[in-house]
Amino acid sequence: MIKDISTRVAYGDVLVEMGKKHKDIVVFEADISTSTQTCKFANAYPERFFNMGIAEQNMMGAAAGISTTGLVPFVSTYAVFASMKACEQIRTSIAYPNLNVKIAVSHGGLTPGTDGVTHQATEDLSIMRSIPNMTVAMPADAVATKILVEKAYQTKGPVYLRFSRCPLPVIYPKDKTDFKFGKAITLKEGNKIALIAIGDMVYQALQAAEILEKKGISTRVIDMHTVKPLDEECLNQVAKKTKGVVTIEDNNILGGLGGAVCEYYAEHFQIPVKRIGLKDTFAESGEYLDLLKKYGLSFKDIVKAAESLLSKEN
Amino acid sequence: MTKINNARVLELKKKAKEIRVEIIKMIYKAQSGHPGGSLSAADIVTALYFEILNIDPNHPNWEERDRFILSKGHACPVWYVCLAEKGFFPKENLAKLRKIGGILQGHPDMCKVPGLDMTTGSLGQGLSAGVGMALGAKTKGLKFITYVMLGDGEINEGQVWEAAMSANKFKLNNLIAILDYNNLQLDGRCNEVMPLEPLADKWRSFGWDVKEIDGHNMCEILNVFYELKKHQEKPTIVIAHTVKGKGVSYMENQVDWHGKAPNEEQFKQAIKELEANK
Repeated sequence: MIKDISTRVAYGDVLVEMGKKHKDIVVFEADISTSTQTCKFANAYPERFFNMGIAEQNMMGAAAGISTTGLVPFVSTYAVFASMKACEQIRTSIAYPNLNVKIAVSHGGLTPGTDGVTHQATEDLSIMRSIPNMTVAMPADAVATKILVEKAYQTKGPVYLRFSRCPLPVIYPKDKTDFKFGKAITLKEGNKIALIAIGDMVYQALQAAEILEKKGISTRVIDMHTVKPLDEECLNQVAKKTKGVVTIEDNNILGGLGGAVCEYYAEHFQIPVKRIGLKDTFAESGEYLDLLKKYGLSFKDIVKAAESLLSKEN
Repeated sequence: MTKINNARVLELKKKAKEIRVEIIKMIYKAQSGHPGGSLSAADIVTALYFEILNIDPNHPNWEERDRFILSKGHACPVWYVCLAEKGFFPKENLAKLRKIGGILQGHPDMCKVPGLDMTTGSLGQGLSAGVGMALGAKTKGLKFITYVMLGDGEINEGQVWEAAMSANKFKLNNLIAILDYNNLQLDGRCNEVMPLEPLADKWRSFGWDVKEIDGHNMCEILNVFYELKKHQEKPTIVIAHTVKGKGVSYMENQVDWHGKAPNEEQFKQAIKELEANK
């Protein structure tokens, strides 16, 4: 059994490997390097590491500036501060000029758990998705993280990558490398219901699928790690092959993955969708798994949503 | 002190006046834009583009070029005119300021305009970009200098002071900020809207060197930049005392001329005054 690992730890590790290979990578940090795990890069390449202090707006602007000299900045802090405290800097200084800045942030969704609402980013997927030129993704585990961070380096233009604070089960075999932004992964085939999940919710979806299968409901599980660009081809297949869709995200149900999927289906297919996520509310302090239960994001909630959706369908 | 050639000073003063004429023409034609802050910055931006900056219009993305960021992006008419006069893009574009389909946006877009080093317009963001460029130069071992022009009202923004702190931390002696201190911002006098003084002390306490000049005196402008080229120890701010609307009598020191275009009569008078002074 492989030990659970948080995707921020996987990010910190792969950044060091990439720093060796790619001499043009520089890292910007806002005083939480031991938490975002950029401290490992800082130790390995101190001359390419810039701790900007607790000043996220300046950090985004400086990253924008350095990217124009040909260096490739990875900017790390907590998702909530990057996406909201420095939102306009990301929009105007980075995304508008389409600069090559990688915003790689920890503490996505409810994964900071006990830290409470101030540190839980539960709107960032929606906010970042609405900014033109931005690629927005959250890997489901450590394996996906390592590849997607490298892909972020290879992708020209701004990328927003969101990681978990808490450890997550490793769901992919360690030799799986074919992750691409905008290309969803079908983890399990099925023709009755589709569970489309992102990030830490992919594991919840897999657990839900096991239960649904035991109940005789053929369940497809999709890792939609990229909310933008959305894998429309995958959504076409889902609409053709299944009877209903449950979207699952550790984010407000407004404007994130569920929003993106519903927007697409509203214009292209008639298929019922249920959205799992925070129901336009803030959460609170608590253990991650307890929060998922209390706020309706656990695998049991996914099972219920799938069943209710299918019962309406019949 | 570097000896400045008198004939060159006269040429640059003449150039600055021509640039003022073009600024007024383009804003009049567009019937929108920001004349006040464009005119207050005109002498300094002219000096930079026609004497100080190490740039090549044929290679706008040349890695070792000096960088200039007009952080007070609303004053972009002065930037556009200098870039066009310098040959970065055809002057015909100046007639299409703020027009749909044109390259000259209401606030500057680096993706559309060759030679324009940073997209600006949202106040407070340019100095951070300058910090990044200066860090990039240090990291890559390049010798270029990054110049960032700030508005006085603009430094109300907290981000500017975050940037100032970080420039000190990284000992960016390749970063020069220039403050266009005309003492007017959109709603009124700077020191009424949000008092800035003691300004030089503020920057010094943030670890910067401070130079003060008359921002309309070409000799002083050239001197300060030549001195800094010879030796710069720390991040340095040049506080340039200027007059908003400089060169057009009815615009000078008038807050109303922050962001509006002259009508036909006002336009004719402005051109007459500027050309008389040529």
